[in-house]
Amino acid sequence: MKKLRRDVFIAAGAYTVSLGTGRREFNPRKPRPGLEEYIIEAGQASLAQISNPELIDEGVIANFMAARFNRQGNLAGFMPIIHPSLEFKPMVRVEGACGSGGLGVATGIKSVLAETADAVLVVGVEVQNTVKAVYGADILATAGYHAGERKEGHTYFFPNKFSMRAGAYYEKYGKEKARKGMATWYKNAVDNARLNPLAQEHHNQAADLMALGMTPPDGRFFTDHLNLFDCSKVSDGAASLIVCSEEGYKKLGLTRADVVQVVGLGQAEANLTTPPPVLTELTTSRVASQNAMKMAGLALSDIDVFEVHDCFTITGLLAVEMLGIAQPGEGADVVASGATTLTGAYPMNTGGGLVGYGHPVGASGVRMAVDVWKQLTGKAGAFQVPKPVQHGLFLSMGGDDKTVVSAVLKK
Amino acid sequence: MDLKTRLKNVSVIGAAGKMGSGIALLAAQELAFQALENPGEEFILNLIDVNDSSLLGLQKYIKDQCRKTAEKQVPRLRILYASREDLVDNGDMVDEFVHEVLSHIRMGKTLELAKDSLTVFEAALEREDLKFELFSSLERICPKEAFFLTNTSSIPLEVIAKATGVEGRIIGYHFYNPPAIQKLVELITPKVCRDDLVSFSKELAKRLSKKIVPANDVAGFIGNGHFMRDGLHAISQVEKLAAEHGFVQSVYMLDKVSRDYLMRPMGIFQLIDYVGVDVFQCILKVMDKYLPGQGLHSALVDRLMAMGVKGGQTSSGAQKDGFLKYEKNRPAGVFDVEKGEYVPFTQFSGQADAALGEHPTPGMDWKGLQRDPQKDSKIAAHFTACAASSTLGASLALQYARASKQAGELLVNSGVAADRNDVNSVLMLGFFHLYGPINDMV
Repeated sequence: MKKLRRDVFIAAGAYTVSLGTGRREFNPRKPRPGLEEYIIEAGQASLAQISNPELIDEGVIANFMAARFNRQGNLAGFMPIIHPSLEFKPMVRVEGACGSGGLGVATGIKSVLAETADAVLVVGVEVQNTVKAVYGADILATAGYHAGERKEGHTYFFPNKFSMRAGAYYEKYGKEKARKGMATWYKNAVDNARLNPLAQEHHNQAADLMALGMTPPDGRFFTDHLNLFDCSKVSDGAASLIVCSEEGYKKLGLTRADVVQVVGLGQAEANLTTPPPVLTELTTSRVASQNAMKMAGLALSDIDVFEVHDCFTITGLLAVEMLGIAQPGEGADVVASGATTLTGAYPMNTGGGLVGYGHPVGASGVRMAVDVWKQLTGKAGAFQVPKPVQHGLFLSMGGDDKTVVSAVLKK
Repeated sequence: MDLKTRLKNVSVIGAAGKMGSGIALLAAQELAFQALENPGEEFILNLIDVNDSSLLGLQKYIKDQCRKTAEKQVPRLRILYASREDLVDNGDMVDEFVHEVLSHIRMGKTLELAKDSLTVFEAALEREDLKFELFSSLERICPKEAFFLTNTSSIPLEVIAKATGVEGRIIGYHFYNPPAIQKLVELITPKVCRDDLVSFSKELAKRLSKKIVPANDVAGFIGNGHFMRDGLHAISQVEKLAAEHGFVQSVYMLDKVSRDYLMRPMGIFQLIDYVGVDVFQCILKVMDKYLPGQGLHSALVDRLMAMGVKGGQTSSGAQKDGFLKYEKNRPAGVFDVEKGEYVPFTQFSGQADAALGEHPTPGMDWKGLQRDPQKDSKIAAHFTACAASSTLGASLALQYARASKQAGELLVNSGVAADRNDVNSVLMLGFFHLYGPINDMV
């Protein structure tokens, strides 16, 4: 697919608070909202932005592992609780581990391209604080190859996967500068989260974020090459948006200024049963983002704002290199230079990203698209980048660089 | 005999009690780890107590607590279960470990269960007659090479040994409450004690991740040797202050000073209630018997006990009323011995606080200082501020800290503790004090 056969737009973005440790209102001992509450809150916030909810043609719900976190399957059946008019309309649930949200957006885009719909409500959700971290690690580990990897794997399976990537990066390019780059990524994430009232790290008042980020990793307690600040947290939350055609957004009572156009879409899947070809590269993500850029016909310099999947700070550094912003091994330097802050040349994860906003797994890809939409429509509030913005790119990644969706959006 | 062989059959006497249940949990977990490290070998733990309902409660306690342990030890379990192909997820291994721990346990009400035990922990009530009876029976029931580790916190080991015939095979192994969490074990070696019992005790402490502090075989040892004198100081101060401020306010003031001015986790009367007024009285009786003429006696404590004011905890862990009344486990009133009823703080705390005067270092407390890297200098500055202050609170605090220091020095000078570090370690590890009583600040 060189070009989308029909103009496709994204509108009416919304997301909930990312609830978990760090938020003042989070109390692990008290009852908390469940899947339904999050789905309703995010979904209704999108519907509130359009003239008539009855005009939604289809729905997509993205989620990773409600079957185990919440003992709930058949999630498509939760869409009609958002609004009665959604009952008896086509709904589908998609799953691609941490990339579920990206898959959800892509699925919505394909429905519009297939002309089965002019307006698709896409909701991503995950409620993870239902189990202790040690069991949550088991659930998240299913994003890897369970039969082939889990038995030999680490207690904290995914943090260790990316710890191995970090270790390889340290060895190849130098630990000191890598750690500094990763600590800067953490600092930027929290700085941005402080501007985003919905972010999990919004209440973080630590004075010296760099010092926290530089905490030496200790394999006796966690992983060999990542500390806890290098990790996105365990989160509950949901995000929602509407994918629509031109006819669709007009019907919904929106103008071109309210929506952003999907000008590039890249999707790539890697073999789950084989290890990444190069630990210091996000090979699959590179294919997906390059395809999106190619379809958009844009160069890197044309992109004004980025949302990347920083499940760990090292992934942030690798994403900077994967996008071509830095040469291999120089991502750490580019991040440390401040190039990815709100006022830098490549503003990245402006609402906090996974490390700062939080990582309600199935919601993350949708939340990324919403944050780019917010920037391009001037709705980002305190975290609005100061420069004029025309194009943004998001990249949603599932597993260890296995299931990837990237899209370029245009104001 | 090596540690592993000694642990092949273990008994805990008084296993369902406050201390016994914690020791039972530690033993159960250790036996499970031994079994995993030594496949094909059998390890048996006999948990003995006097009634069925508390043993049922113990079973649930061990099941719940060993799950928490397993959750924290998954990396170790992943190695131990590496060859078990059926165990893949963290959760599989946690479940299996809980099953493993429970599978070694035999419970019952008769001491005969201990007949094959080579290691016996004793954690019955702190009553001399009971300990004599138990050890006499155990000496008869258990193998001749059995070791006895008693959790007594006050009774001289030599006395028990001579009265029961276990001389050489008994050692004081004094855990702190709750045993599963507290890092300290006070090791009391009587004059006659087998060398291999001492080395076994130390090796076991390492396996249980406990820190050993040695104490000599003098009634009360280090922990209660200090705590009893500390409590008696508070009581004598209350009696002095009562003339002017009344009993109720004086109890409140000393509790507050010992907590907020000395930066301790609990005030002294709350601590006595936590330990139990009854236990406090028992320990005083034992100490007074073996250390006569040192004033280790309190008429007030006897009076409270006669009135049925006992403190301690309910089986679910809630604090029972003692010197103080508790609401949601927090102090909320003081027992008036004259009237025989509790007076809520709200009726007098304003007046008592005013009498104490302004805190010399407002806002500083135990909780806030715990993880403060500058806590040592802050505490020293606080005592300097107390010395410069003319309030009643500051003066009571200094008198208290000095009495506490004296009690510690007495333990060193009378040979109970080898040196000040051992006294300070017991207070800091076993009582969660932020600084040792023997210091140069007061």
